[in-house]
Amino acid sequence: MESSEVNMSRDSSELDESARGSSSPDLALERVLSLLKSHRDRSSVSLVCKDWYNAERWSRTHVFIGNCYSVSPEIVARRFPKIRSVTLKGKPRFSDFNLVPQNWGADIHPWLVVFAAKYPFLEELRLKRMTISDESLEFLAVSFPNFKALSLLSCDGFSTDGLAIIATHCKNLTELDIQENGIDDKGGSWLSCFPESFTSLEALNFANLTSDINFDALERLVGRCKSMRVLKVNRSISLEQLQRLLVNALQLAELGTGSFSQELTFRQYEELESTLSSSKNIHTLSGLWEAKGLHLPALYPVCTHLTFLSLSYAPLQSGELAKLLAHCPQLRRLWVLDTVEDEGLEAVGSSCPLLEELRVFPADPFDEDIIHGVTEAGFVAVSYGCPRLHYVLYFCRQMTNAAVATIVQNCPDFTHFRLCIMDPGQPDYLTNEPMDEAFGAVVKTCTKLQRLSVSGLLTDLTFEYIGRYAKNLETLSVAFAGSSDWGMQCVLTGCPKLRKLEIRDCPFGNAALLSGLDKYESMRSLWMSACHVTMDGCRQLAREMPRLNVEVMKEDGSDDSEADKVYVYRSIAGPRRDAPPFVLTL
Amino acid sequence: MEGSVAYENDLNLKATELRLGLPGTDEREEQSVSNVRNKKRPLQDADEEFGANGKSDAQNETAPPAKAQIVGWPPIRSYRKNNFQPKKSESDGPGIYVKVSMDGAPYLRKIDLKVYTGYAELLQALENMFKFTIGEYSEREGYKGSDYAPTYEDKDGDWMLVGDVPWDMFVTSCKRLRIMKGSEARGLGGGV
Repeated sequence: MESSEVNMSRDSSELDESARGSSSPDLALERVLSLLKSHRDRSSVSLVCKDWYNAERWSRTHVFIGNCYSVSPEIVARRFPKIRSVTLKGKPRFSDFNLVPQNWGADIHPWLVVFAAKYPFLEELRLKRMTISDESLEFLAVSFPNFKALSLLSCDGFSTDGLAIIATHCKNLTELDIQENGIDDKGGSWLSCFPESFTSLEALNFANLTSDINFDALERLVGRCKSMRVLKVNRSISLEQLQRLLVNALQLAELGTGSFSQELTFRQYEELESTLSSSKNIHTLSGLWEAKGLHLPALYPVCTHLTFLSLSYAPLQSGELAKLLAHCPQLRRLWVLDTVEDEGLEAVGSSCPLLEELRVFPADPFDEDIIHGVTEAGFVAVSYGCPRLHYVLYFCRQMTNAAVATIVQNCPDFTHFRLCIMDPGQPDYLTNEPMDEAFGAVVKTCTKLQRLSVSGLLTDLTFEYIGRYAKNLETLSVAFAGSSDWGMQCVLTGCPKLRKLEIRDCPFGNAALLSGLDKYESMRSLWMSACHVTMDGCRQLAREMPRLNVEVMKEDGSDDSEADKVYVYRSIAGPRRDAPPFVLTL
Repeated sequence: MEGSVAYENDLNLKATELRLGLPGTDEREEQSVSNVRNKKRPLQDADEEFGANGKSDAQNETAPPAKAQIVGWPPIRSYRKNNFQPKKSESDGPGIYVKVSMDGAPYLRKIDLKVYTGYAELLQALENMFKFTIGEYSEREGYKGSDYAPTYEDKDGDWMLVGDVPWDMFVTSCKRLRIMKGSEARGLGGGV
């Protein structure tokens, strides 16, 4: 957790292995602490006293680092000698939306070099928004003989060649999870690199790769990996091929289909249906590219025990969704495209009373001529039918303050409320007023709110509400909103648990930036782009807060005094040594 | 991650003054283009701009050739754009990708010429991509009023000024683009 990163700065001189031997080791305490899994609990434990600090560090096997630049691999290795699993996050989240130039950093390689020396028995590596090259993948494959699980989410820098090396060398691999990455897909032959003797795979996800893979190789792989519980294939796999895979993997718990539209003979359809009926353990279903209403009934037997359904690649109409959901009474999480429209969401409300999470993605986000999609009515309908709803991501083209007030009244337990009204700065379309009262209602009613993304026409009042009421808020995303510095100041002085603040295209300037001096060390990071912050303001921040890294990304052709993109984060590793020329560390 | 370049244009933060008088384009297209430009307001004035009036003004125009796309908005990850069903586009076949370099910029960009319907749109996109202003084009003097000139390398390996030949001819003969800056640029013109 965050405070554990800051705490690593203390006692770094005492963290020699010999120190352990000299103070009487409390093995009972270590044994007890080894049962603690949550890194926040472990962080709290480490603060009790030196003995507990030591016992905790010796018993920790998994380390979570939310910002790879907040700490160095050497510091991590010094404090935690027995790590087997590492989770690392790199680039700021707005890099997902092309706001961070290529070659910004977050290269995993220096970490791997240290890990190879200090954690030769490393088993798991989970990366998010990091850069990893094929060379690094090769280094990983040969340096860690016990390596078991690799998960790459939103990473870049590698190609399918790197995957081939992993498949070839990692004899004990149980998990290969390649999600949503900027991968250079050179072809599907990597999958054929798993040796015939290899049987340990439990989770395989290559859903977002585009090339065809050798189906025979996949069929044999799935057939011999009897412990496989997660299989998410890519679009190149047809319905017929899916059936052949499933028939040898009836133990699967999570299934991601390939393309779900194929001209099937009656016999093929029956076989598919029968196989799916036998797949009694599937509780998570995704993929379903191009799913047509025609084939969806084959899924009904699986739907009965489904708790997570992702239709975010299947542009279904409202009727098709309604029919499908009638068979999904146990659904807790649902992802859909806005092609289902408000009517489809009404079906969600009436069929899925246990729903906890809903994400509605836009099918055509950049087409201004679209007049369908979902509106406030759909969201309201879901809120009436699904009182347990606590996580929502909703892309729409119109919203009203009244609707949001109703929604949170129906669902007061929101922990994550991410509303994206797609036209920037759009007011309540009925009253033409700002959307301040909508988000005011959210923060006043939803006391457990941890994450909030705001949109629409918003004045400083929204941020006054947030600062005053959002006492559990940890992550806030703001775009095209606010009227003056006061807005951002309200948030910085108000939200005690704020950890991540990301702002783009808002009229917040130096006064706002500097009002957070007391706050930034307790936060993971601050991002501000296309705001009114200047280089002078950033330099002042850097001067007054030496333990923060204040980085500015300059864009070509911009004014020398403007700070186009500002990224501020606490760090015990000091300024970056690998910053590219366009990143200025102040 | 490689999102489609069409989505990477910035909404102009300053009003652009680009007007083009190109041979081969009809007057109507010219007019609708310049109308749109006059109605554009800087993004900072969001408060005033996005009252009901501001929005309906923009929509009264004939569909503007240049869609104002804001970088990274709506906030959807690239993989979601790419993995979805391919949008039905007017022209089938692969795009015509050319590299674009700008003097002084640290890295090159790539654009798909098929996405644009004419010079106006292309130059707008380039302005957005590299954050600069192209001057006013005239057949006689090239691009006046700015330090930049858009040039391209054609099939014969010659460096030509963008805008001299009809659009369709340009699209098929352009191999790469270079935005020249400074004295080199000022030397380029129809009359030289």
